[in-house]
Amino acid sequence: MASARAPAEEDPERDEAFRKELVGLIPHLRAFARTLCGDPTAADDLAQDAMMKAWDARASFEMGTNMKAWTFMILRNQFYSEKRRSWRQSQLDQEAAERTLVAVDDPEAPVALDELRLGLRMLPLEQREALILVGAGGFAYEEAAAICECAVGTVKSRVSRARRALQGILESGSYDRDGSSAGEAMSAILADAERLSHAK
Amino acid sequence: MRRSRTNSPSLDEARLRQQAIGVRLRQMFDEVVNEPVPDEFLQILKRGDDKRSGGD
Repeated sequence: MASARAPAEEDPERDEAFRKELVGLIPHLRAFARTLCGDPTAADDLAQDAMMKAWDARASFEMGTNMKAWTFMILRNQFYSEKRRSWRQSQLDQEAAERTLVAVDDPEAPVALDELRLGLRMLPLEQREALILVGAGGFAYEEAAAICECAVGTVKSRVSRARRALQGILESGSYDRDGSSAGEAMSAILADAERLSHAK
Repeated sequence: MRRSRTNSPSLDEARLRQQAIGVRLRQMFDEVVNEPVPDEFLQILKRGDDKRSGGD
């Protein structure tokens, strides 16, 4: 770090490095947005908005720090500010969740994934996002705490409550669907558990 | 904290279940990560850039 940093507008090389890294993060932003919104179209809109915001704010990003966490924070803030603007959002969430279910009705898809999606939707948003960030997004508790702008201990407790609640939902088959496959979700998941135990 | 369940699984089993749910969670997330990125995303980024280099 030899020279003083030039303003981003004057630094095409830095812009290019930033862009490359940002493009690499798009799939992750889409996945995070999908878990927040449910509806794939709304999720892509959110991810695009977040991506543009990140691009516009690139001068404030310190290269070499965690861009994934930084962009996830932008996306999350965007999501909550839109949500605040729209009282109808939670209702839309619900409808979207149902549409998503239909959309992923792939005969090849493992049976438990739909139930997992439904189960996730039943969790309070703060628990859902914590669980996704730590359990699927590959973030450490500290990073998830920074993204959610809360204490590390808060993230830990949200994740553990989310895990317990999700397991309870899956085991009881109490997600919102008429219960034909109530037992199947957990038995499919248990089949995984079986495999894991043999893999040890 | 222990919950009483009809057939309460051993701690090991409970851990396995959590692990299995974790595997599914990542699978669900990765499904989206592995989707091809829609062109729109790259075009938007390109437009943003053009706007800038077009001079403001």
